[in-house]
Amino acid sequence: MHGYANPARFLKIARWLTPVLLVVGLVLAGGALAWGLTQVPPERLQGETVRILFVHVPTAWLGMAGWTTIAGASFAYLVWRHPLADIAARAAAWPGACFTAICLATGSIWARPTWGVWWVWDGRLTSFLILLFLYFGYIALSNGAAQSEASRRIPAIFGLVGAINIPIINRSVEWWETQHQRASITAGTSSIDAAFLWPLGIAVLGFTCIFGGVLLARMRAILAHSQAEARLRRKAMQP
Amino acid sequence: MSPFAALLRRDLAAMFGSGARGGAALPVLFFLAVATLYPFAVGSDARLLAETGGGVLWIAALLAALLPIERLVRPDLELGLFDQLALRGVAEEASLAARILAHWLSFGPPLMVAALPGAALMGIEAQTLLNLELGLLVGTPGLAALGVMAAGLTAALRSGAALGGLLAIPLAVPLLIFGAGSLDGNADGALALTGAASLVLLALAPFAAGAAIRAARE
Repeated sequence: MHGYANPARFLKIARWLTPVLLVVGLVLAGGALAWGLTQVPPERLQGETVRILFVHVPTAWLGMAGWTTIAGASFAYLVWRHPLADIAARAAAWPGACFTAICLATGSIWARPTWGVWWVWDGRLTSFLILLFLYFGYIALSNGAAQSEASRRIPAIFGLVGAINIPIINRSVEWWETQHQRASITAGTSSIDAAFLWPLGIAVLGFTCIFGGVLLARMRAILAHSQAEARLRRKAMQP
Repeated sequence: MSPFAALLRRDLAAMFGSGARGGAALPVLFFLAVATLYPFAVGSDARLLAETGGGVLWIAALLAALLPIERLVRPDLELGLFDQLALRGVAEEASLAARILAHWLSFGPPLMVAALPGAALMGIEAQTLLNLELGLLVGTPGLAALGVMAAGLTAALRSGAALGGLLAIPLAVPLLIFGAGSLDGNADGALALTGAASLVLLALAPFAAGAAIRAARE
């Protein structure tokens, strides 16, 4: 893993992997959404509103995967001081926050006709809203550390502390059976009809590729920024 | 005197004194001010106040605990106290554990006393008041830990106080949910869950804040 501590080696792979992931992701996600919108029959009880599932579920997964990336990368940065790990954690924050916000918004839009309200204070919804606030806290702390030229380990510690919320989100539908439905897809079994399951799986795959592509693009941008700064500093040193 | 006891004494003297880290009365006054403002905002309907008052006092306690974040760690970090302690072999975790205890002593018990007039202002019933006091007894140590953790994470940054609140509030939500949930008696073990959330924060905070202080040294 430490082979990739050398940014040049990382960039060599990231340079071609970024567009590949983005293009594959856009094609898969776009195809799955088109399939879900036009080919899938309306659900028996939810009717046409079920189609929002193809955005809601992938964004929910990526909202959680985003913080898992932050936590894992923060751990790698704190323990092994891997320089790219910190950049990965920083790069994952904004995309993760965006997917979390989209998930909350689509869920809310779906809930209005289905549950009759925009919002319910249910365990899953509440813990996911907290996730959004944790993202905002992490982004603010990360920017604050950059402005004060403080150690990057400070946001990394918060990234680890905030990970406590991820298992809570995951288990919330089991602990508080209030409004949000339980998991319909667990390892090996699914209570969803195959007509929905296939486009859903492809949408999840596509959105995940988009997340990976955006993550790599942002990591490259952060690396390029710090290289430009270093070059300016070297120029300023020369007479 | 052990280093822990000496630090605790120093912290308490500083918090109850009038120096840079003083102002232990502030959270209590803030708490009572919120309890006074609330009836102006929602009207003085006695039934409504009695029903919602306990929850409002919980929010007031949470915000009161976060009020001194700016003064909890930063002045001593700037003085170099933690560097001195580290040179003498006192780990950051130990000195921050003492600080959590001192911070709790400076606002926890005073808030529990202030909850008595607060409950009178809201017209809360005796049983609810007892549940509120029990909840505060179990929950405020967690709030103290959270305050010190947020203070430690932001101590080295220029944008301190508001950022500390932003970090602490999402992590305080479980305490608020279970604490306010225990107002109607110990339904679904709400009091036990308040204690659990409090203990998690107490176990986590000295290490998170200690690591942040060490990182600030770089």
